[in-house]
Amino acid sequence: MNPKSRIPWPTITLSLIAVGLVILALGGYLTPLSRLTLSPVIAVQTWVSERFQAVQFYLSAPRDVAQLTRENEALNAEVAHLQTQIIELQQQLGEFRILSALLDFARAYPEYQYVGASVIGRDPSPFVKYIHINRGSDDGLRRGMPVVTQQGLVGRISQVTASAALVQLITDPSVTVNVRLEPTRAEAILSGSITGDIGLDLIPQAVTIEPGELVLTSGLGGNYPPNILIGQVTGVRSQDYDLFQSASMQPVVDFSNLEIVLVITNFQPVDLSPLIPTPGAP
Amino acid sequence: MIPVLAAFPVFALLAIFQTAIVSRIPLLQGSADLVLLVIIAWSLQERVRTAWHWALIGSAFIGLASALNFYIPLIGYLATTALALLLRRRIWQTPLLAMFALTLLGTLISHITTALSLSLAGTPLPWLETLEIITLPSLFLNILLAAPVYAIVRDFAGWLHPEIIQI
Repeated sequence: MNPKSRIPWPTITLSLIAVGLVILALGGYLTPLSRLTLSPVIAVQTWVSERFQAVQFYLSAPRDVAQLTRENEALNAEVAHLQTQIIELQQQLGEFRILSALLDFARAYPEYQYVGASVIGRDPSPFVKYIHINRGSDDGLRRGMPVVTQQGLVGRISQVTASAALVQLITDPSVTVNVRLEPTRAEAILSGSITGDIGLDLIPQAVTIEPGELVLTSGLGGNYPPNILIGQVTGVRSQDYDLFQSASMQPVVDFSNLEIVLVITNFQPVDLSPLIPTPGAP
Repeated sequence: MIPVLAAFPVFALLAIFQTAIVSRIPLLQGSADLVLLVIIAWSLQERVRTAWHWALIGSAFIGLASALNFYIPLIGYLATTALALLLRRRIWQTPLLAMFALTLLGTLISHITTALSLSLAGTPLPWLETLEIITLPSLFLNILLAAPVYAIVRDFAGWLHPEIIQI
C-alpha cells in the first residue's frame, strides 16, 4: 500500500470540525458555550489587571501626589482669585444699582446739579445724627447744601473741609424741616429725635390727616428745596383741646445703611435770621 | 516726649476706627467710645506721666471728627482722666477693677456732659429715654471692650515705658 495514496482522515476530520464550528459560531449556536468558557477567563483577567493597576498606582503615587499638590495649590489660588473677583463684582453691582437709582432721581429733578459722595463715617457721639462724606469744598460743596438719595431727603451739609463734609441728618434731634403733606397740602414741621425716629408737629386741627399721606419738603424757610420726598404718615395724634395735631411718620430713606448720597450743589439756602425780630430791636 | 508724640497716630487711628466702624455698629442708639477707653487705660498705667496730654489730644481728635462743640468731649475726657489718676493712687493693686469702675464713671460723666450741653443749646432730650437707649447700651459696649483695651494699652505702655531694673 502506497503511503502517498492514503487519505488524510485526521486532517479532513479536523477541517470539517473547524468548518462546522465556524458555521455554528456564525449561526450563533456557540454563544452560550463561548460565554461559559470566556467568563472565568475574563474574571481572572480583570482581577489580574486590577492588581496590576493597583501596584502601578502605588509605585507611581509619590510623583502623582506632588503633581496633584501643585495642581491643587494652583486651583486653590485660582478659586481664591475668582472669589475675590466675585466679591468685587458684587460690590460693583451694588454700587451700580445705587448709582443707577441715583441717576433716576437726578433725571426726575433735572433742575438741580448734583455731586455724588460716599458715606465714610458716622459721628462718634451717639447723641447726634451726622455722617461724614468724602467730598468737600474742593468739589464745590458748601455749608447748607441739601443732601439726598434716590429715595428722598437725607439732610444738609453742616461743616465742610477741603476734602470731606459733615452732613446733619434729618433724624438729628436738633433738626426741624418745613414739610407739606400730600394730597391734603397741609403744612407741618418735621423734627428729629434721639431715637432716630422723626415726627410731625404743628399740623392745623382743621385738616384731616390720614395714614399713608406723603411727606415732602415745602421749601418754606429756605433751608431745603421744595417737593423732595421724605416719607409717609403712619399715625396721627389729635386731641380736641390741642392747638395742633401731631403725627408719626416712616422715612423713605434707610438712615442706618447710607452708602452713597447726592449733594444738590445749585441750591442756595436762604438765611432768614436778619428778618427775625429780636427783643429790644427798634 | 515720645509718649506724647505717640498719642497723635494712636488717636488718629482710633478716630478713624470710631467713625468708620464702631459708630456704625450701634446697640439701640448707643455705641462704644474707644477713645474714652484708651484714655482711661492709659491713665491707669503706673509708669505713665502723660495722662493729661493723651486726654487733650484724644479730645482734640474727637472734637474734630464730631459735630459736637469742641469743649464737650474735652470736659468729659479731662474729668475722667482726673478721676482715673485719683483712683490709680487709691486702688493701684487692682487696675482691672479700676478700669471697669472708671469705664462706668467715665461713660456717665461723658454722657451727662453731652446731654447737659445739648439741652442747654435747646436740643430736646428726654432724659429717661436718653438713659435707656443711649447711655445704658453705650455703657454695656464700653464695659465689654474695657478688658481687651486695657490689655492692649498696658502692653503699649510697657513698650513705651520699659521698666528700669537696678543691677
